[in-house]
Amino acid sequence: MIEARTGVRALALETIGMTKTFGALAALDDVSLRVEPGSFHALLGENGAGKSTLVKCIMGFYQAEQGSLLLDGAQAVVRNPRDARALGLGMVYQHFTLVPCLTGAENLVISRADAPAVIDWAKEKRALSAFLDRMPFRAPLDAPVSQLAAGEKQKLEILKLLYLDQRLLILDEPTSVLTPQEADEILGLLKGMTDAKEISVVMITHKFREVTAFADSVTILRRGRRVGGGLVAQMSTQEMGGLMIGDTQISARAARAERPPGSPPAETVLELAGLLATDEEGIDVLDRVNLKVRAGEIVGIAGVSGNGQAPLVEALSGQRTLRDGRIFIRQQAFEPTRDAYHRLKVFGLPEEPLKNATVPHMTVAENMAFRSFDRPPNTRFGWWLSPGPMRSKARELIARYRVKTQSPESAIGDLSGGNVQRAVLARELSGEVDVLIVANPCFGLDFGSVSEIRSRIMEQRNSGAAVLLISEDLDEILELSDKVAVMSQGRIAYVAPVGETDRATIGRHMAGHA
Amino acid sequence: MVEASASVKTGEPERESAMRDWSIRLRRNAEYVVIPLFALVVSACAFSLFLLLVGKSPVMFFELVQRGGFGTAFSIQNTLQRSAPLILTALAVAIPARIGLIMIGGEGALVVGGFASAAVAIPLLERVPPGPTLFVMAVAGAIVGAFWVGLAGLMRHARGVNETISSLLLTYIGVAIMNFFVEGALRDLTNPNKPSTKPIGDAYMMGKIPGTDVHWGLAAGVAIAILLHVLMTRTTFGFAVRVAGGNPRAALAQGLPVGKLIVACTAIAGACAGLAGFFEVAAIQGRANASLAAGYGFTGILVSFLARHNPIAIIFVAILFGGIVASGGLIQRRMDLPDATVLVLQGLTFMILLASETLYGRFSIFKMDAGRDRT
Repeated sequence: MIEARTGVRALALETIGMTKTFGALAALDDVSLRVEPGSFHALLGENGAGKSTLVKCIMGFYQAEQGSLLLDGAQAVVRNPRDARALGLGMVYQHFTLVPCLTGAENLVISRADAPAVIDWAKEKRALSAFLDRMPFRAPLDAPVSQLAAGEKQKLEILKLLYLDQRLLILDEPTSVLTPQEADEILGLLKGMTDAKEISVVMITHKFREVTAFADSVTILRRGRRVGGGLVAQMSTQEMGGLMIGDTQISARAARAERPPGSPPAETVLELAGLLATDEEGIDVLDRVNLKVRAGEIVGIAGVSGNGQAPLVEALSGQRTLRDGRIFIRQQAFEPTRDAYHRLKVFGLPEEPLKNATVPHMTVAENMAFRSFDRPPNTRFGWWLSPGPMRSKARELIARYRVKTQSPESAIGDLSGGNVQRAVLARELSGEVDVLIVANPCFGLDFGSVSEIRSRIMEQRNSGAAVLLISEDLDEILELSDKVAVMSQGRIAYVAPVGETDRATIGRHMAGHA
Repeated sequence: MVEASASVKTGEPERESAMRDWSIRLRRNAEYVVIPLFALVVSACAFSLFLLLVGKSPVMFFELVQRGGFGTAFSIQNTLQRSAPLILTALAVAIPARIGLIMIGGEGALVVGGFASAAVAIPLLERVPPGPTLFVMAVAGAIVGAFWVGLAGLMRHARGVNETISSLLLTYIGVAIMNFFVEGALRDLTNPNKPSTKPIGDAYMMGKIPGTDVHWGLAAGVAIAILLHVLMTRTTFGFAVRVAGGNPRAALAQGLPVGKLIVACTAIAGACAGLAGFFEVAAIQGRANASLAAGYGFTGILVSFLARHNPIAIIFVAILFGGIVASGGLIQRRMDLPDATVLVLQGLTFMILLASETLYGRFSIFKMDAGRDRT
């Protein structure tokens, strides 16, 4: 025990009054937090709460205007990421930073600041295996990184930091690319290392489950300020959620309208029959996808990012040509043409709407008219535009969907994320909807907007639309869907009604072992 | 029902909000005028430094540009004469730019268009009256030009070939094809000096705009610029092009035929440049030869970028550069500067202009919503 006390390698970290502004926006406002050596600290907050800004200030990507950083009680100056690294601070990013074509061993060795120009591989291999013997877990070192599963890559990222002798690891939503099982395994390993006082961990997250299961202490940020925190054992998730959201008004969730029992099943509206697509290198990204969505039903597609969800959305929205297979809507073959979208009433809410559903430098009114600019009353003679009706329609939608904008003539790119999303919702959902394709609709939005968007989707379902929801957020799928499908390696690996499945089963299919 | 209630809810007087909309639009557009003007001033300063380095007077240079380009009735007409092809070749850059393509093949389309005009005229001369002949020549020039740049658009759409490179390379092929014919099958043997097609003759040359020394190409260029401006801003085609150019993924998700729009825009562009070639043949040269490749296609790129690909602005910028080109001779004689001096000015302007692109959105004075709308 005494040996363990003196052998504490983990760093203590403390920030005092960190403040950072971008223009008029205070991204961080007087934030102080303390991470005890060898503790697992969670940084909780909504998107835009300042979590990333805080760790970027700690890591030297940004310079805080005020406030100081203490490491093991001593003032530390971090002018750039290289300084942070020298002080023993390491960061795991949301997305992998390993070089895919190199092996694990090569990635580790080249990441060293003092990697020699000519590398003596025999010597390095011996040193690496000695290093691995000291580690509580392993990752394959001889295969190219591109061949590793996501969980193994994430382990390798962490091993890399340990290899570089970093003693405080900052993890930015490390589990977003992992299956629930992989996430639990990795967080468990890190927890073991913090308990052994080998390292300290700061983890950015918005998943309460991970906080309660693994973290010792927590700091909650909202709008750039620290609004609470303490030992996880002494806080309930409700308390944490309340602090995260604050007094934001959450509009009531639309309730799921249940079908009367015993009524015949609704007709199948959307049918995907054997969709096959390949990427530029000829590798199958969609491998015979079959799926049916009935009227008044939400089918949620879960899966680890990169298992064909993006190509599926692209195929349904005309951005990717299929090599084989057909899409049917009410038994009619569907081709993604303007006429078909209109006739069959197919609409879509893509992720990151500013990037995928708008033209940022065009006006709000024009962006809201994407569906209808070539139909009366927006046109005369079939080709002449009438901006008058377009603008008054936009005014009506802006009022109805509470889009905060100076005027319909403002460029949509000048609006905030939530308002862009509302403008796109107004465009896509203000008419009659038969089929709705939704992809990660809440990605990057604040709580208020998330709740509003989810209730709009539920409203569409209740009024009879067939909704296909593709999401990387399993909680979102479990909340909204009537049926859950799991996508793995380009195919639908599993379909079940939401009442007859659970997180563990879905996770197994996401990992492809089942 | 919903619409009625909503329009009551918006409530504010229509006129006031229309005024505000107008002022927002004005502020936004002011940015597109101020920044290019600023770039022009900076390039004039940089060019003055260059002149000082080679020991010449910048004051004299700009004075001569003023005199040689705009000083007298004669020089203004000379300027306008040279602006005509610039308007058309600039449009050949501006229209593809609206759909997000950087096409620099105007020079090639001008050459093949001009050559086609001269070539179709040969069998018609003496048999068909001048009016119909000129019409056939214009149509031939436009169609061949449209095909030429359209080909680059088609390769882009069907095979993902970079349109900037393919249109540039097509220019060299176009010049080579013209040379192949004017030095071979279509060579006018009565002209031993410069390989050319058979001249169309004075009777068949296009006339001047009455009361001036300027040919009809200027009027056609201005008319086409206005027409294309209307096409881009007031029609469904233009709207679709702006969506596809602003965000191709969003356009596809709206079911817009992005590929067809690309080919259509590039064909329109090629037709403009082809017409520029037609006017060079029918109003200036009277025949097709190597003089067609006089660089109008390349200067047109600069004109279009400086005008921010706005067809109306192109008219004015083309006249400015027409003046610079027109004063070239005077500058050469009076200041003992080589011909290439004007090219140095153009090159400097282009580089500074491209660098100024990074300034857009940096100045809050042009934005009303700035800082107010963050959640």
